[in-house]
This record gives sequence, structure tokens and C-alpha cells, in this order.
Amino acid sequence: MNSDKITKIVLFSVSFIILIIAGGMVFSLVGGAIPSFKTFGLGFITSSQWDPTEGKENYGALPFIAGTLITSFAALIISFPLSFATSLFLGEYFRNTRVAKVLGTMVDLLAGIPSIVYGLWGFYVLRPFLIDIGFENQGFGVFTSSLVLSIMIIPYATSLSNEIISMVPNDLKEAAYSLGSTRYEVIRHVTIPAARSGIFAGYILAFGRALGETMAVTMLIGNANRIPDGLFSTGNTMASVIANQFGEADGLKLSALISIGLLLFVITGIVNGIGKLIIKKMS
Amino acid sequence: MKTIITVLVLAVLFTACQNSGKKTEKSSGEKVSLTAAGATFPLPYYNLVFKNYTESKGTLVTYGGIGSGGGIRSLTDKVVDFGATDAYLEDKQLAEMPAPVVHIPTCLGAVVIAYNLTGVDELKLSNELLEKIFLGEITKWNDAQIAANNAGVTLPAKDILFVHRSDGSGTTHIFSDYMTKISTKWAEKVGTGKSLNWPVGMGAKGNPGVVGTISQTEGAIGYVGSEFAFSQKIQMAKVQNSKGEYVLPTIASVSAAAKGNIPDDTRIMLTNSSDPDSYPISGFTWIILYKEQSYNGRSLAQAEETVKLLDWLVSAEAQAEAANVNYAPLTEDAAAKAKAILRSITYDGKAILN
Repeated sequence: MNSDKITKIVLFSVSFIILIIAGGMVFSLVGGAIPSFKTFGLGFITSSQWDPTEGKENYGALPFIAGTLITSFAALIISFPLSFATSLFLGEYFRNTRVAKVLGTMVDLLAGIPSIVYGLWGFYVLRPFLIDIGFENQGFGVFTSSLVLSIMIIPYATSLSNEIISMVPNDLKEAAYSLGSTRYEVIRHVTIPAARSGIFAGYILAFGRALGETMAVTMLIGNANRIPDGLFSTGNTMASVIANQFGEADGLKLSALISIGLLLFVITGIVNGIGKLIIKKMS
Repeated sequence: MKTIITVLVLAVLFTACQNSGKKTEKSSGEKVSLTAAGATFPLPYYNLVFKNYTESKGTLVTYGGIGSGGGIRSLTDKVVDFGATDAYLEDKQLAEMPAPVVHIPTCLGAVVIAYNLTGVDELKLSNELLEKIFLGEITKWNDAQIAANNAGVTLPAKDILFVHRSDGSGTTHIFSDYMTKISTKWAEKVGTGKSLNWPVGMGAKGNPGVVGTISQTEGAIGYVGSEFAFSQKIQMAKVQNSKGEYVLPTIASVSAAAKGNIPDDTRIMLTNSSDPDSYPISGFTWIILYKEQSYNGRSLAQAEETVKLLDWLVSAEAQAEAANVNYAPLTEDAAAKAKAILRSITYDGKAILN
């Protein structure tokens, strides 16, 4: 056998293993979710009841779906000005300067901090601070979680858009400058339009990351199984209800938790799908 | 260099041989080792006493804290010598077990009501106040109803933040069992269980999570397992027992909950005990094992060691250790009943202890 064939076989089998793992995950999630969907039907998605008391067990995932989407959207909105400004700073204004290198490293470092550390910081620093300045009464809830989430997702949104922004061809920009554009006009009318699909992809990635975030959110959202009725209300998310309750769960409750896992998987898939579609249309 | 390697290899081979020699000695029946798994609530106590037992008697005892549900499952699957649980098996569960199972109470624990209010050193909570606070009917600390029960205490105009467990827990089971006994409204709306449909409040993970949240938040109140709460500096409320007394949770007042009528099989929730000195949110934790020890090809020696260990566990010597790790020891009556149950355990129909 020549080396070319060996390489081919190795590559094939390795990618096949990944395919099997991903498929197996979906398979076991669906298998585990069947009992709860059989019992509650589509009501599992639309019901806001979560009653694990024996004898009157009734599970609905709506509070967790709502909590996950609300915290993630809020985080995306809060992080947008920060990460967008940072990526312009790094990719356009101060490209290849020492300042940009230091700042870029710091942003990458944010991605490396374990989420439990964000949770601790949120619990012991941010939450008391929000109470002290009178912003919040007890500090747990959607707002605090979104704030911490927004910082966590900055590197994901920044690094990709920064990369794309710095890849915008110089010819285009120079052409604009030669026509007498100011720097702001170049960014506004040349750089951003040319890079928009990449920038958008960065935010989709960041949103996906916010959807699945578990530890930091669990520590801050209050773990109350209800639909948040405002930015300062407590709630719960899909990932954190699974992390909290799988330990003692069995039977129908375990199936309900697996169903939530499946739904999270599906939602992340949909978000990614929409993202890809929009990117396709933009470019 | 070569000599050093040779010496090392020889040394490794030699020790390996020695180890395997020891193993054969063990399996020949001289020494047996016991495996158990179950509730996490008594874990610190079991760790301590089983270690002492291994040191003094030589029998290796391994206990895995995997939760009460896991303890019952492990015993059903016959993968452990005995299981441990915070909630006794109901008649229906007993009937579902592959063979008759007995319960041995090993110590008592409690659930304390912890709170965080600067300057409030004593807080007395009646049954009615507990019901209203935990159902969300009273939302401010300076509510007239709390003030009426706590004359001379200045209560702040803060919101009450109820902190409960976000994970399933035997602590929640004891707490909700007590609430169900003292409040028909609670029984109707919430009920008893390891995790519940909470009407108000927020969840935190584990006893440490609840205590952390309470101590970080002025105006918070919640319930915590005594084994953890007693080792923390945290304010604890006096709770009204069934005789109308306001009692602080202590080792003595928790132990007092087991005074009175304990059934012969010891399957009883001790919450809301009728003893006037008792702290009302207290309960047993049990070890469960099969009444007939000859199953799955277990040897007589294995069965004997199991029962001997448990007999020692309810003896005065082991019980004296309980308070050191913040558990309440069994009352004499409960210990005597446990000993009687142990004497009913058989191997091939013959009693193991006499």
C-alpha cells in the first residue's frame, strides 16, 4: 500500500468516527426523550409547569427555553458595542500596533477563563456591586447572568470579526481614500459592508456559546423554574436545569431532562442554520 | 547506569510479587472487605466511623456517597453489601425489592432554618409563619405577623428572599415532609419530595450553595442540612415544635426527636416529634440490607462481617463519634431496636448474631 492510500484510509476512518459519535449522541438523546414526549406530547414545549413532586409529576420546558433565549439575546445585545468596537480597534484603526497586540491577547485570554471563574466573579463581585449601587434588590436573575454572559462571549464575537475586518483588501480602502473619504466613511461604507458576513458569523458563534453556557449562569440566574417576567426577574436556563437536577433524577424526570438536552441541541442547530443562510445571502 | 536499571527492575518485580502474595491471602477467606453506597447526608459520619473500624478491626469498608436513590438501586442490583438512604422504603418499594429488606437507623440529622439579618440574633418562627414565608404570603421582614411573634427584635424593611435547593436532595425531602405535616395549604400546593415545584424563591446547588447565597444576601432565609450548617457560622431560627416550644437545632434537641414511639422496624419520619425538647425538623438516616444474607453466592464470613459492622455502628462506641461530626446519636431506645433487627438477620435461615 502506498502512503497516499494509507492517508486516505486514516482520514476516512477518523471522520467516520466523528460522524458516528455525533449520530450516536442524537440517537441516545432521541431515545431518552421519547417517554416524556409520549406523556406530554408537544405540550412539553409549550407548558410552563415543572412539578417533580411524586404523584403529580408534570414537566414543561417553556420556562427554560425562555430563560435560555432571553439571557442569550440580552448578552448578545450588551456585548455588541463592546466587541464590535474592539474588533474595529484591532482590525482597522490600530492594526499591527503594539497596543492592538496587547489588547488582542487580553481578549483571547477572556476565552480561556473557565466559566466557573466567571461565575465566582459574578457571585462575589458583580452581584454585591449591583446591589450596592441600588440597581438590583438581591442581584440574582436574568440581568446579572446576561451581563456575565456578555463578557464571556466577547472573545468569540471579536476574534472572528477582527480577523475578517483586517482581511478587507487594501485596494478597496485606498480607492475610497483617494476619492477623499474620511476614515469613518471608509469604515462605514467599505470595511463593514465587505466584512459583514464574517462579522455576522462571529456573532452567531457567540450566540451559540451563550445558549449552551451552564456553570456561570447556574450560579447567578436564581434557578427559579418560571418564565422571567422582566430583566431583573429570576429564572432558569435549559443547561442549568439539567446540571442541577440530573443527579437524583430517574424515570419520567430523567426523560424530561434528556428532552431538554435534545431541545437545546435542536435550538443550537436552528440558530446555526439561520446564521449560515444569512451569511450565504450576504456574501 | 545498567546496574541501576537492573536493580530498579528487580525491585519493581519483587514488590509486585509481594503484593500478589497479599492478595491471595485476602481471598482465601481470612479477611473480607465490605462495599456500601448510598446517601450523601451521613457521608462524613460514615467516613469517620468506617475508617476507625478498618483501623481497629482490620476489615476494609468502602462507602460511596452516590445519593439515596443510588443506594437503593445498588442494593436492588445486589452490587453492594448494604445500601444507605435518608428516606425509608415505602411498603410499595419494599414489595418491589427482590428479597425482604430491613432498615437499620444509624444516626439523626436535622434541617435548620438559616437566615441573614444583621442585628437579629434570635428569630422565633411559628408553624404559621413558616407556612406564610415559604409560600410567599409574607414578603417583608418587618411584616406585623413576624414582629408579633418576635417582641423586642427590630426587623428591617427588607424583602424576604427564600433560598431553596436547586438539585434533588434528601434535605429537601425532610424539610417538605415537615412542612406537609404542619400546613395543609403546603400539602395541597407543594407536597413532599426530593425536588419540588417551588411557589417562590430561588435555587442554589447543594448545602454549600444555599449557605453561600444566604450569607451573601441580607434578608435571605433558607433550609440547610444540619451536618453542614453546624460547621458554619450562620444564623439559625428557633422553630416551634408540636408542643408549642421554640427550639434551636442542637445535637441534643435533634436526638430528642427520636424519643417516644419508634416502630419496631424503625421506619418513621421523625419530623414534628411529640417530645417537648425536640427540634421538629429532624430525621433518621438508615442503612438497608437484605434480611437473608445468603444470596449471590456470598460467603458466611462476608455476611458475618456485614452484620458485625452494623452492630458496632449502633453501639455506644461508634455513636459517641457522631456528635464530633455534627450528627445526633441514636437514643437508647432506637439503638436497642436497631440491635433487635440485626439479630433477626439470617444466613441460610440461621441467625448470624445471637
